[in-house]
Amino acid sequence: MRFAVTDEAAALRDAADALLTARATTALVRSAWERGQHSDVREVWRGLADAGLTGALVPEAAGGLGLDENALAPALQRVGYSALPAPAVETIAVAAPLLAAAGHPALSDVLRGSALITAHLGVAAGRRQPVPYLEIADYVLLRDDDDLLRLHARGEVDAEPVRAVDGARQLARLRAEPAGGTVLATGVGAAWQRGVLGTSAMLVGLAERMLSMTVEYVASRRQFGVPVGSFQAIKHRLADAYVAIEFARPAVLAAGWAQAAAADAGEQTSVAKVLASDAATAVAAAALQCHGAIGYTTEYDLHLFAKRAWALAASWGSSSWHRRRLAAVLGLTREEGEPHG
Amino acid sequence: MDLTWSAEEEAFRQEARAWLGAHVPASPLPSGDTSTGFAAHLAWERALFEARWSVVSWPKRFGGRDASLWEWLIFEEEYYRAGAPQRVTQNGIFLLAPTIFEFGSAEQQERILPRMAAAQDLWAQGWSEPGAGSDLAAISSRAVRDEDAGGWRLSGQKTWTTRGAFCTHLFGLFRTDQAAERHRGLTYFLVDLRAPGVEVRGFERLDGDEGFAEVFFDGAFVPDRDVLGEVGRGWSVAMATTGSERGLTLRSPGRFVTAADRLVQLARQRGAPGGLAERVVQSWIEARAYQLFTLEQVTDVVAGHKPGARSSLNKLYWSELDVRLHETAMELLGADSEVDGPWSRGYQFSLAGPIYAGTNEIQRNIIAERVLGLPRA
Repeated sequence: MRFAVTDEAAALRDAADALLTARATTALVRSAWERGQHSDVREVWRGLADAGLTGALVPEAAGGLGLDENALAPALQRVGYSALPAPAVETIAVAAPLLAAAGHPALSDVLRGSALITAHLGVAAGRRQPVPYLEIADYVLLRDDDDLLRLHARGEVDAEPVRAVDGARQLARLRAEPAGGTVLATGVGAAWQRGVLGTSAMLVGLAERMLSMTVEYVASRRQFGVPVGSFQAIKHRLADAYVAIEFARPAVLAAGWAQAAAADAGEQTSVAKVLASDAATAVAAAALQCHGAIGYTTEYDLHLFAKRAWALAASWGSSSWHRRRLAAVLGLTREEGEPHG
Repeated sequence: MDLTWSAEEEAFRQEARAWLGAHVPASPLPSGDTSTGFAAHLAWERALFEARWSVVSWPKRFGGRDASLWEWLIFEEEYYRAGAPQRVTQNGIFLLAPTIFEFGSAEQQERILPRMAAAQDLWAQGWSEPGAGSDLAAISSRAVRDEDAGGWRLSGQKTWTTRGAFCTHLFGLFRTDQAAERHRGLTYFLVDLRAPGVEVRGFERLDGDEGFAEVFFDGAFVPDRDVLGEVGRGWSVAMATTGSERGLTLRSPGRFVTAADRLVQLARQRGAPGGLAERVVQSWIEARAYQLFTLEQVTDVVAGHKPGARSSLNKLYWSELDVRLHETAMELLGADSEVDGPWSRGYQFSLAGPIYAGTNEIQRNIIAERVLGLPRA
């Protein structure tokens, strides 16, 4: 028994951390709200690819790092902390290992950082939801009615932009089901679980960022002649925010381990998503409240992280959806419908 | 990351499971917070000791098994899974003993620990006073030097003393220097409750059991050998115990994992209509979250780090998940919840969790100030 991030996972996280700290600024996140303004994000993405992130789950023989799911959470938590507007979960956690397994030629561009892949695995044709980053992605991975995961070049897909709460998500809705595409896998299975895991890790990182911004703010903001952070009402709210994060984070790491070890991974992954989604939305609410009116503006940066957290909390199965899934597993209710994501 | 147990740890688990399976009383003992129930629990504690299960993590020479912290976690899981009786010795073995291991002299360890392990001496905690609860440093019970007798004379009152009416000894803080700043001038004493000048009065808790006591001291004598740590350093010695109390050793995850599994069983039996199934699942998730948090924490402790103020995270989480879990059980039971029984008892006891071992308001202050670094008022 050893519950600690592996050395390889820590090295990858630290490499991502150095790059994102230097270059994934909130100005960069803001720039991605504009359509067609994505070249700076792509430059940072190429840096992450150089550090090995896009090939984390790709075998060494195929040019990747050959790591397992244990490496996903620490690195993607750090990506979440930066709110980098890119389909990181979809490209790194979901698509890259499928491309490697299928021997698809797009893999080399993914490893170089020149191809972004988004994904929509949750519901099949006919009940599509808007797809994140579809406006900027080079490929999209879709689940079809026969439960096949098909990779489409973006040019094959007819879609219209959808205005989103988080403008950096660059949402678009399919106008029609695309023809063709390359089948990469049958069934959502492990790829979907990796998407849920990666999203949970991003949510923990977003929550950490919002808490850290708020701690800094309440220590400097003065009212009644003292820092507002000296009031118990603020302290208790932020202590609760920290509790939520600190009990979600290990659950997300454990889900990564369970996926790598193929041990109760479905249950552990739903546990992780429930805790991470609920932590991130609770921390967003606490952060907004403790900032007061300044947080309720788009000039201040907090909204960049809160809006991302709301989007990801609702994606890949909301906390309520995963609780209902577990209720069925525990024999409390009948089986839930098809997965979200 | 490796969330599997070694072959030795699995063997330890099987040994514990087999023994507990063969020895746990078939029907629950009467509450250990009553005089008849306490006697039954003492017999159980002595059976545990005879089989060397009473203090598994202690050195063998004091009655333990030299078990690792991991094995202790496993034993706790099996203990609760088996539905074994409450540990009426817990305040000694989980709260005082860690302090004796850290601050006690060799003589004190040899003299006190084996009798504690064997449930011959039964220890109660003497922190709170009528005028000092959350503000523990405000205690006014005094110890005055008796040079001729080679010790100290206690006066004052302790209260909310758990199982004080049934215990033989008390560990507590007394003021030995009236002039010193309030956190200084305190000394940690080990007191024989049967000594002249000590009077104990039991009284009922919320659930009607005589689980509380108030303890009056009127010149009771404590010899020098029963001072734990240095005179005047009682506050820092006591803080080591409160770390244990808030953290892992008082409430291991096995307790809550088992409680959550029972809640799931209850929901299966009675049905969980409306949103209740999700609430049941949420409690099940929270018990696992506490378990996983603990695995990470124990990894850190084994690597040589002290939890410190982070033990307040444990206290907040286990106490509040326990309340939510029992609230959900009450909902599942509906009108049956007013019948005196294990769930309604558990509900009442869960409501004590956010109060004892330092109120959750104090724990939140600790997290905010010592972990997040927010400014003190």
